[in-house]
Amino acid sequence: MKTLAIDTSTFTLSIGIADGDVIVAEQVTNLKKNHSIRVMPAIQALMEEVELKPSDLEKIIVANGPGSYTGVRIGVTIAKTLAWTLNIPIAAVSGLASLAASAPVIDGLVCPMFDARRGQVFTGLYRLSNGVVETIIEDRNVLVTDWCDELLQRGETVLFVGQESILHEPVIAEKMGDVAVFAGKAVPYTRPAALLALGSETSSNPAEVVPNYARLAEAEVKWMEANEKKAKGDE
Amino acid sequence: MKKDTYIFGIETSCDETAAAIVKNGTEIVANVVSSQIESHKRFGGVVPEIASRHHVEQIIAVFQETLEQAGLTFKDMDAIAVTKGPGLVGALLIGVNAAKAIAFAHQLPLIGVHHIAGHIYANRLVKEMAFPLLSLVVSGGHTEIVYMAEHGSFKVIGETRDDAAGEAYDKVARTLHLPYPGGPHIDRLAAAGEDTYGLPRVRLEEGSYDFSFSGLKSAVINTVHNAQQRGEELVPENLAASFQASVVEVLTEKTIRAAKEYCVEQVLLAGGVAANEGLRASLEKAFSDMPATELVIPPLSLCTDNAAMIAAAGTILFEQGKKDGMDMNGHPGLDIETF
Ligand SMILES: [Zn+2]
Repeated sequence: MKTLAIDTSTFTLSIGIADGDVIVAEQVTNLKKNHSIRVMPAIQALMEEVELKPSDLEKIIVANGPGSYTGVRIGVTIAKTLAWTLNIPIAAVSGLASLAASAPVIDGLVCPMFDARRGQVFTGLYRLSNGVVETIIEDRNVLVTDWCDELLQRGETVLFVGQESILHEPVIAEKMGDVAVFAGKAVPYTRPAALLALGSETSSNPAEVVPNYARLAEAEVKWMEANEKKAKGDE
Repeated sequence: MKKDTYIFGIETSCDETAAAIVKNGTEIVANVVSSQIESHKRFGGVVPEIASRHHVEQIIAVFQETLEQAGLTFKDMDAIAVTKGPGLVGALLIGVNAAKAIAFAHQLPLIGVHHIAGHIYANRLVKEMAFPLLSLVVSGGHTEIVYMAEHGSFKVIGETRDDAAGEAYDKVARTLHLPYPGGPHIDRLAAAGEDTYGLPRVRLEEGSYDFSFSGLKSAVINTVHNAQQRGEELVPENLAASFQASVVEVLTEKTIRAAKEYCVEQVLLAGGVAANEGLRASLEKAFSDMPATELVIPPLSLCTDNAAMIAAAGTILFEQGKKDGMDMNGHPGLDIETF
């Protein structure tokens, strides 16, 4: 099974190609540059390098969020269109789960983290054991201080991964003390191999793959607030 | 015999997710438009983030239906044409990246199209173009008079200096508490009213083909305010008719004058506001006195955003050998003269 994996949910661009269980190619560029310009040329070049034609592909895997709205959409659009038009299956996996799965942990709790600005993060909690990733707390958009309170209730050491977790390290360290361990520098971003592994088990219909933004659009939030106010005013 | 050319077109620059297949640049084989207008109504206008979310959800279903309508596959296509600008950047990027994925998968040429060029080329799906020609482009974001000496050549001879005609319609509609989108409501009200409010006609300096609608919009708002302060009842039908009369008169007058000065064979109406009955009627009446110049007005379904127009414009670029690379981007402010 020749598989192409794409993750553009943060500014990191991760592409991987596998042939069955063998990882044939991994490419990561960790640059704050425009995904829209770079993703397809990167896919094209990497496929040429490993001597694969588009029609050789048998499966597409994509990180469908959470993360940068535009970034997630670019990856999902390319992945679902490729899968649909090549008539091959697609698997959508959490970009946070694949970041967690990139950690060199044998057994323990791993917290992957993307910054979501204004003291918020996109995060989730995962347990890694013998190479298996288990979701403990679903991906969400949360204030980092509230998230620490939730993690503290576990009474267990948590390994924080992802380069953007470094931004929140002082706050987390102060709230959680010794139970918080940081590997943001050692595991800065998702390894394409982790994405390929996570997506190997599932598949969906390309038309039905949609981003998981983990939060409403701002206009919807404002609209709901305005409607609540109106409802209260009417009472 | 020359082989037929089939172009697959994609349009996602605003709030319509659209795909189409056009044969030889003139014949619609399939044309599918999924409108999001219902989702944006509650916000009173198009919300870019919501538009982008819908595009990514709808796009495969739209592609699928297009191929099914045509009974064709991508193996039958000669190129993929897509709107690369202007428009909402996040929305554009969905079409652009989907187009790249298809072009890559099937090793087809990728052609980025200017959205307004698309609107102009919607006319070629109705009537073959005769050069030189002028196009009056009126939409939510544009009010322009474009001169074309030949295929693929665009020169803007007049444009709005402030609001687009469509924007003015939406703002006036809001002032009159009409639902979004306001254009069709004003058009309907205007048909039942009379031009009684004496609103200004903004013609700018002598000889200019530029437009300005913000003064007219303010005049409508002031009229409503003054009436409220004096406790007078307004006649919405008459106010709509007065506003529309001013817009239509200026658009018609400048178009006629430009058509004469540039000695054109054809005048093409293009863009969403081309659906406006008042504007259509006024242009038809004015051009009936100019038999040497043909007025072409596309059907309503081709005036609003669609992908057949993008495929039609893309066909010309394809024939001219113009292509884009896999590094093509979305360009929210793309210039029609240089794209
Ligand atoms: Zn348009």
